[in-house]
Amino acid sequence: MGVSILGLAWRSLMNRKVSAFLTVFAIALSVALFLGVEKARNAAKSGFDNTISGTELIVGAPSGQINLLLYSVFRLGNATAEISWRAYEELNAREDVAWTVPISLGDSHRGYRVLGTNLGYFDHYKYGQRQPLVMAEGREFDDLFDAVLGAEVAKALGYELETPIVITHGLGAGGLTDHTDRPFRVVGILRPTGTPVDQTIHISLEAMTAIHVGWETGTRSPFADSITEDMVRSFDLTPKTVTAAFVGLKNRSTILRTRRAINTSMSQPLLAIIPAQALAELWQVMGTAERVLLAISAFVIAVGLVSILTSILTSLNERRREMSILRATGARPAHIFTLLVAEAAFLGLIGAILGAVLIQVIFAIAAPILAAQYGIALMGTGPGLEDLYTIGIVTVAALILGVWPALTALRRSLADGLTVKL
Amino acid sequence: MAPPIVSLSDLHFAWPGQAPLLEIASFELAQKERLFLRGPSGSGKSTLLGLIAGVLEASDGGIRVLDNEMTRLSGAKRDQVRADHLGVIFQMFNLVPYLSVVQNVVLPCRFSKRRLKNAQANGGAEAEAKRLLERLGLDDSALQERNVTELSVGQQQRVAAARALIGQPSLVIADEPTSALDADIRDRFIELLSEEATRTGAALLFVSHDSSLAPLFDRAIDLAEINLASKSQRAA
Repeated sequence: MGVSILGLAWRSLMNRKVSAFLTVFAIALSVALFLGVEKARNAAKSGFDNTISGTELIVGAPSGQINLLLYSVFRLGNATAEISWRAYEELNAREDVAWTVPISLGDSHRGYRVLGTNLGYFDHYKYGQRQPLVMAEGREFDDLFDAVLGAEVAKALGYELETPIVITHGLGAGGLTDHTDRPFRVVGILRPTGTPVDQTIHISLEAMTAIHVGWETGTRSPFADSITEDMVRSFDLTPKTVTAAFVGLKNRSTILRTRRAINTSMSQPLLAIIPAQALAELWQVMGTAERVLLAISAFVIAVGLVSILTSILTSLNERRREMSILRATGARPAHIFTLLVAEAAFLGLIGAILGAVLIQVIFAIAAPILAAQYGIALMGTGPGLEDLYTIGIVTVAALILGVWPALTALRRSLADGLTVKL
Repeated sequence: MAPPIVSLSDLHFAWPGQAPLLEIASFELAQKERLFLRGPSGSGKSTLLGLIAGVLEASDGGIRVLDNEMTRLSGAKRDQVRADHLGVIFQMFNLVPYLSVVQNVVLPCRFSKRRLKNAQANGGAEAEAKRLLERLGLDDSALQERNVTELSVGQQQRVAAARALIGQPSLVIADEPTSALDADIRDRFIELLSEEATRTGAALLFVSHDSSLAPLFDRAIDLAEINLASKSQRAA
C-alpha cells in the first residue's frame, strides 16, 4: 500500500533525474579516483616488493642498504666502490652459499644501463612469485659480444635480433666515450617483467672487461685502437672487480647468520642485505608521496560530497510546496527530515557503488594492456573490503551531510504552515 | 447533541512583530456541518486554517479539535491529530508531482494508522482511493495511472479532494480550492465534495473570498464578523 518514506525520497530524486545524475556522477568519479589510487598503491607496493625474489642476499661494497638496493636492483645511482673478484670468489666458495650471480654496472646504451653478468643470472634472477626470466626471442648470450635486451629497451629503441649496438662508457649521452671499437649484437630479447630488468642490456662479465681493455684510465687510451678483437679474445677476461652479487643460500634459515658472517668476517669488508627488508625500508621512504596522493583523492571525495549538499540545498526552494503538501497530509517533521537525509544517503550510496564498479571496469580494460605492454601485473586490484568500507563511509558521510538541508527544510516547513507564500 | 469538531475560544494570533491578526472570542463547527467561511485575501483565513490544522501555534486562547486541546499538545501530537482527523485541500498545486494519482490519494494512510485502518475496512487503501476518485468523476483507470502533472487543474482538485476524504477524517478543510476553476466546474466540484463529505461523515470547512458560493453550504459566516482584530483595526 502506498509509498514508504524511503520510496518517497527515491521517487522525489527520480523526479529530478538530471541533477541527481550529475551529483551521482560527481560522487562516482571521486570514489573511483580514490579507490583507483588506493588499489594502484597496493598493486605498486606488491609489484615493488616483487621486483626481486628468490635471492636471499645482495652483497656489495659497504655503503647503505638502500643505496646497494638502488644500484644493484633498480639500476639507480652508482656504486661508490666495487668488490674485488677475490672477495667475490671467497663469497662464492662459502659452505652455506648455494649460488651467486656477479653483476657489473657502469656503462650504458642510449640511457639504458648495461649489466655484465654470467649465465647464472638467467637461471637465478627471479621476480614476482618466483617467476624466472623468459626469452621472448633469441637466446642467452654466448659469444663475447652478444647482448640480451630487456623488453622495454627493445621496444623503445626498436631493436630486433642481430641489431648492432655500441655501448657508451659511463652513463653519458654517447659520442667520444662510445666503445665504438667493440660493437655488440642483439642475440636475445626478454619478455616484459615489470621490473628494472626490462630497462637493462645484459652482456657477459668477460665482455664488460673486454670493452674496457685500453680504457683503464677511464678514457680511451691511444693504444686502444691498436688492440684487435682477436687480441682481446685471447686475453684473460676475468674481471678484477664486480659491482655486486646476488646470493642464494642452501638453507634459508641461515640467512641472518650468513649475513652477519659476510658483513663481519670476510677478507674485504662487504655489505650483505636482505632484499625484502631493504625494499620495505625503501618503500617507507617513498610511502610519503603515496600517502599524499591518497590524501588528495580523499579530498576529492569530500568535494563530491559537497556536491550532494549543493544539489539538495538548491532543490529545497522549488520543493517547499512538496514539503507543505506532505505536512498537510500528516507528515511529521521526522518524516520530512528522513526524506531529505535519505535522499542524501541515496546519492552517496549510488555514487559510491557506481564509482567502485567504474574503477573495476577501468582496471579490467587497463590490466591486459599493462600486462602485455609493460609486464605489470596488477595484483589485488579486484573488488575487496576496501570497496565496501569506502561505499559505507561515503554513504554515512552523505547521510550526515544530509542533516543540514534536512534541518533547513524542517525549519521552513514549520514556518510555512499549511500554505506556502510563493 | 454531539460535541463540536472545532471550537475556538478567545483565540489570539499574531505573526512575530506584527499587529494581532486574529482575535476570535468564540467559534464552533459542528460534526458533519458544511460551513462556508468568507473573507478577503489577507484577512487571516489561511492562518486560521493553519491554527486549526495544528501547524501554527496560537499566541493565546483555546483551539479544540475533537477531544484535543491543540494549544496544550506538543508539535508531534498536533501532527498526529492532523494526520488522523483532517483532510486538507489547497487553492492549487495540491499534488506531489512524482507520485501517481492513486499514490497521491493514499498518502494520508501512510502517515495515519487510523485512516489506514478505516480505508482497509472499506476494502483496502487503493480500492478506497479508486472508489473515491470514481465518485468524484475520475473513473477512467487510464487517468488514474497518469502522471499528476498531466491533469487539468479541475482534475487535480478532485484528486486532492479524494486525498482529503480518504480514511474517513472528521474534518475536511479547503482553502480557496475553487479559485482556479471555471464557474461550472467549480459548482460541480463543490457539489461532489459536499456529497462525499456527507457520505464519509466529515465536516467541511470551506474558505473562500467568493461570497456567491455561500448558498451551497449549510451555514455561512464572514471571518470579519467573528474576528475582533479586524474590527479593532478598522476602528483604528
